[in-house]
Amino acid sequence: MTTTREATGRMKQYLISFYQPDGPPPPPEFLAPIMREMGIIQRELAAAGSWVFAGGLHPPSTATLLRAKGDDVLITDGPFVEGKEVLGGFTIIKAPDLDVALEWGRRYARVAPGLTVEVRPFQGEVDG
Amino acid sequence: MFREAYGRAVAVLVRVCGDIDTAEEAVQDAFVEALERWPVTGVPPSPAGWIVTTARHRAVDRYRRESVRDERHAEAERRLARDEHSDELEEGPMRDDQLRLIFTCCHPALATSAQVALTLRLLGGLTTAEIARAFLVPEATMAQRLVRAKGKIRDAGIPYRVPEPKELPARLAAAMAVVYLVFNEGYTASAGDRLVRDDLCREAIRLGRLLVELVPDEPEAAGLLALMLLIDARRAARTTPDGALVLLAEQDRLLWDHSKIGEGLAIVRRCLQANRPGPYQIQAAINAVHSAAARAEDTDWRQIVALYDLHQSIAPSPIVQLNRAVAVAEVDGPEAALALVDALGLDAQHRFHAIRADLLRRLDRRAEAAAAYDAAIALSANAAERTFLQEMRASLGGV
Repeated sequence: MTTTREATGRMKQYLISFYQPDGPPPPPEFLAPIMREMGIIQRELAAAGSWVFAGGLHPPSTATLLRAKGDDVLITDGPFVEGKEVLGGFTIIKAPDLDVALEWGRRYARVAPGLTVEVRPFQGEVDG
Repeated sequence: MFREAYGRAVAVLVRVCGDIDTAEEAVQDAFVEALERWPVTGVPPSPAGWIVTTARHRAVDRYRRESVRDERHAEAERRLARDEHSDELEEGPMRDDQLRLIFTCCHPALATSAQVALTLRLLGGLTTAEIARAFLVPEATMAQRLVRAKGKIRDAGIPYRVPEPKELPARLAAAMAVVYLVFNEGYTASAGDRLVRDDLCREAIRLGRLLVELVPDEPEAAGLLALMLLIDARRAARTTPDGALVLLAEQDRLLWDHSKIGEGLAIVRRCLQANRPGPYQIQAAINAVHSAAARAEDTDWRQIVALYDLHQSIAPSPIVQLNRAVAVAEVDGPEAALALVDALGLDAQHRFHAIRADLLRRLDRRAEAAAAYDAAIALSANAAERTFLQEMRASLGGV
């Protein structure tokens, strides 16, 4: 059976976020194979026409917060939320439905045990 | 008639509309129309088919009334017009629609409580109020749970389809777990509306049959169906008229539903031939041993211990070991069973304490038995069970 979206070529966009334990970055020999695997998935996403955007973030300690107060905007040191796990990076993909998006998410989750992968839909739809 | 027709019609309409809310509203419109027209025109030859056809028309009306008609609406409208008078009112396609919807409702991206509520609402046709009563939560809470789940299906793009073969085993396991949860909720809990609880069991068995039709070669699906039939067959004997619990050994076996038992036993036999045992099949087989005994003292406990050993070898868990110990008590005596139970240390489980209490009582170690009953009573969430445990505790005398 084809779903409505496949039939009409409409796609949803999904934010795939990577949450990792807070703390100093792991040693390069630990990170290198993970980054290599992630690169492979990213190329496959691109080949499938599903890749939209991806990026890795500096640690939360580098974040800066802005908040309007009266006419001013206050600047403070971040991060906004302190947690045991922090957002380390994200990918945005196009997929016809959640099952397809989760399949990509599953690939990422397998790359690094200890990494939590969150898949969240964007509002609206885009062309396939 | 209402619930089943509702569930079937919603499943068809979800496929053609691609949207649960529109489907539910259209089907409700169709039922309102049936209430107005059938008393005048008489009931049509195929009431369920009439409901589906009328719901289609009402869905088209709804789309036409909406001021904002995006591309999705136009597509749904085209499909509503195109498929009319197709073969969808026949059993096969209608069943396929229900299967698709089961997998949507039991999608692992939804919380289990939401999976259960959606399944009962969309496939079982239970009202939000009935589901709320069955799960002892306020109606507003249940309504909110359903709205949130339907919103996630829509916004996250959870698809309406039977999973692909490589996903099917895991997704089927999730659907089976929901069906068994619905069944247990109907069977085990003593509080709440009795009629609604019976409906939960009936609906679980109906869904169980649907899963068996989807995967006739999967013995676990058949095992789940057999398990539910064999347990449900004891419903009439399981409580006294005033709602008190009757233990399996003390049930009046003439009150058991022997046609359900016959069907369950036949399925268990077919499963054994397939020789691909799994937890549901083994639990069904254990229940089949109980069902096959004309009197409690005729129960083949050695066979039951052997089945628990098999269960433990393919899906080990402390709960299985606990249940095995109960059977061991009948074969090797309470002392041997107590040693097994004590080694498990499942202190957080009321059943652990209840079983220990019973074994200690049989060994005449009264003070320890009383303490174990107290622990079990403190952890039990079920009123009938608690009453039973309190009576057993009292029977120990002044300790």
